[in-house]
Amino acid sequence: MSADGGLGRLLYPGADWDFATIRRVYDAIEEIALGELGLDIYPNQIEVISAEQMLDAYASNGMPLLYRHWSFGKRFARHEGLYRKGFQGLAYEIVINSSPCISYIMEENTATMQALVIAHAAFGHNHFFKNNYLFRQWTDAEGILPYLDFAKGYVAQCEERYGHAAVERVLDAAHALMSHGVHRYPRRKRPDLRSEERRERERREHEERVFNDLWRTVPVKAGGVPAPSLDEERRRALLELPQENILYFLEKTAPRLKPWQREILRIVRHVAQYFYPQSQTKLMNEGCATWVHYQIMNRLHERGRISDGHFMEFLHSHTNVVFQPEFDDPRFSGINPYALGFAMMEDIARIATEPTEEDREWFPDFAGSGDAIGVLRHAWANYRDESFISQFLSPALIRRLRLFHLVDDSEEDYLEVAAIHDERGFRRVRRALSRQYDVGHQDPDIQVVDVDLAGDRKLILHHRVPDRQLLDAEDARLVLQHLADLWGYDVVLKEIDPKTEAVLKEHHASARPGLF
Amino acid sequence: MYIIDRRLNPGGKSLANRQRFLRRAKALVREAVRESAASRSVKDTEQGATITIPGSGVREPTFRRAPGGRREHILPGNKEYVEGQTIPRPPAGGGGGGSEGSPDGGGEDAFRFALTHEEFLDLFLEDLELPDLAKRRFVDGEVKTWRRAGYSISGSPANLALVRTLRNSLSRRIALRRPKPEEIARLEAERDAAESAGDPERLEAALQELAELRRRSQRIPYIDPIDVRYRQFQPEPKPIAQAVMFCLMDVSGSMTEHMKDLAKRFYLLLYIFLKRRYRHVDIVFIRHTHEAKEVDEETFFRSPETGGTVVSTALEEMLKVVAARYSPSDWNIYAAQASDGDNTTSDNERTARLLADRILPICQYYAYLEVGREDGMHPVGFIPRESDLWRTYSTLRKEGQPLAMRKVRHRREIYPVFRELFRKGADATKEAQATP
Repeated sequence: MSADGGLGRLLYPGADWDFATIRRVYDAIEEIALGELGLDIYPNQIEVISAEQMLDAYASNGMPLLYRHWSFGKRFARHEGLYRKGFQGLAYEIVINSSPCISYIMEENTATMQALVIAHAAFGHNHFFKNNYLFRQWTDAEGILPYLDFAKGYVAQCEERYGHAAVERVLDAAHALMSHGVHRYPRRKRPDLRSEERRERERREHEERVFNDLWRTVPVKAGGVPAPSLDEERRRALLELPQENILYFLEKTAPRLKPWQREILRIVRHVAQYFYPQSQTKLMNEGCATWVHYQIMNRLHERGRISDGHFMEFLHSHTNVVFQPEFDDPRFSGINPYALGFAMMEDIARIATEPTEEDREWFPDFAGSGDAIGVLRHAWANYRDESFISQFLSPALIRRLRLFHLVDDSEEDYLEVAAIHDERGFRRVRRALSRQYDVGHQDPDIQVVDVDLAGDRKLILHHRVPDRQLLDAEDARLVLQHLADLWGYDVVLKEIDPKTEAVLKEHHASARPGLF
Repeated sequence: MYIIDRRLNPGGKSLANRQRFLRRAKALVREAVRESAASRSVKDTEQGATITIPGSGVREPTFRRAPGGRREHILPGNKEYVEGQTIPRPPAGGGGGGSEGSPDGGGEDAFRFALTHEEFLDLFLEDLELPDLAKRRFVDGEVKTWRRAGYSISGSPANLALVRTLRNSLSRRIALRRPKPEEIARLEAERDAAESAGDPERLEAALQELAELRRRSQRIPYIDPIDVRYRQFQPEPKPIAQAVMFCLMDVSGSMTEHMKDLAKRFYLLLYIFLKRRYRHVDIVFIRHTHEAKEVDEETFFRSPETGGTVVSTALEEMLKVVAARYSPSDWNIYAAQASDGDNTTSDNERTARLLADRILPICQYYAYLEVGREDGMHPVGFIPRESDLWRTYSTLRKEGQPLAMRKVRHRREIYPVFRELFRKGADATKEAQATP
């Protein structure tokens, strides 16, 4: 950390930066992040990339490598079009939940922006990835990159062996079901992606070893399972029904899939599972990173490491990021996770250090504890968006944002204001907001409930319809078609009202012959 | 902490995905490409194109909820609402409370993206080829490329063929039995051993042998000038890759804007097509009434003109330009003529002779496009009277002249007609007239 070269204590003189600047900035930030904020991070790897590479990263969900599929090309084309036309700027950074934690920073950023994104991504997000319970439970940061490498190679190999079209069909079908290819409840063991490649090999070797062509000539009973002798309960238990992870179910039970097709389903399922915690913690993750960068940049400025001008530049970007238009503003497009997340973190810090009477009443556990960063670190580690809001959203913040709860029932002619930011409304607003962030509420609840193994092998799925919110019929038809193709026989999806158990709507699909 | 500079990594990481995407959407993209080509100017085709395809073709369906049912929203910025208040439903999609667009439903109805120049043309000119491309490929002495042509014993040091030189050196050394360094080393050891053993006879023999070997290795050089070889290059004449395209158009009063537009579209297609096959394409615009003039593109298509119609003037003008700038031995000449078919009757004979005797022999390809009114004035089944030019040219064709002719009334016919003319394997000039 040199403070020479006429810089005084400043980390950098102007907007320009070089690798020595990045290193200097990183060291200064690290000192604050680890020393004062007590963050706990994976080792960092910072990669400088160009705009085109950023678009590449966009197309593959930010992953540095991913198997090939046309949908990524489509995404690239869309982003590129928007970017070229100037409708869309590019993110300043992308960060990957891996160990080492990879942060991409754009070459066009100014030195201040680089400092901001390093604080935001390499420390804020990184800490969140390493400590939040969902990420610890569901993702394997050390294993993800080698696994993606294996997946990419495997898919390429399949393309070579079975043809592009055949692989594309499996991937299309798997992608359609991707949102229903995750385990939502913890299993016994943590995922271990690094052993996946070995396990794939072992599965294949086992099949080759036990393969005996004689079995082909033995007459097989329908379904290969002596189904009629099993009672219903036992059969469903054997098939692990009901099953909400549709891809998992298909991978394990679909009668007609070939081993490589099952492996591809498995790959898509693993990728979906890897991203599963991100959608549940968007608000917290961004709130955590934004709060961290705000703290760090302020401290750097206080210590004279950043000039006033550069600090203004930082504030300009920061306020843009945490801007929350009101509901009647033409710019409004839902609640900005950066804005709400940052506001909640600030609010928690305030409650911990300067609580009001109301805060003491609502948050007796930590109001006035004085240890803001301790409370925040605890929250970051042990909550997800839904539980975080229902636990920490304070009346003071609800008042400040003037949140209100609106009910839109398509059977009524008007909208109803169900609660506002008053004494009677705080809890209801908080509960309703927390429900919006509940992943169980966001994704339709669709489960495989039964399969008629003895008869025509029809697969039966149920969608439990919350508040009469039916599925989009056209999309449901397309996805169901994919599902039927994978399953190999007929499929029916029943939309069921959970209160009355009445079937509101049914979708049918039959497997197209010869597709798989 | 590591900082890695990825900017220098090879780009085009998503190229494979892009190709998969284009392949997937090929039919749609092809359609969109042909559509978009219709609205572009002749010279615009240098760039790629932004095209729009219907989103349904590249849809990625998921289980998602349709609008409707009972929905709850938490919104910021309450101004005056109180609990229990009812609000009239805002119009769908409005910025008011209660309408959050589905996050993935938005951009699905139409998908817009940019194609590169190459991709655009690949799709646009799929399965087309230039007729008689090979027939007149002249060798132009001025365009040369260098080709490897074995080895020579003279050349510049930069072209020294090291491996070949050392191979020669090695075989020469073996053939002439130049002593190997190991042999000398062995004798030196022997000499030293004899010296220390105090055996004068052995020492003498060793010394003699050593002197002999040293003499030999001095006489036979390690590398001799006769070993040295140089890589040799030979100039190779390259077929010329340049073409000129003549656009001839009747701009007399009877040509409406609509007809000019049709002509322009045809020229555009021809230009793109030539551009694809030749490295260098010049365009010459010649318009004519009762007199002809070479003009630029803007004037050609835009500025109005009045007068009679004498087609032969345009052909003469073309010959003049050819004589002045485009020697047929250096240039591939293509010509396309657009007209509504009118000509001064007395000029028909002269036009026919000019074409048959002077123009067609120097042209790679000559196309005549007769443009008509959009509102086909003739009832179905009624065979319209053929125009002066059409009849004149038909006679020429019967004589076996290589002349392609088509009639076009509507903009949507341009592309099919163009494809018909240049379809792979089709000999457009011999095809019977396929007109609407």
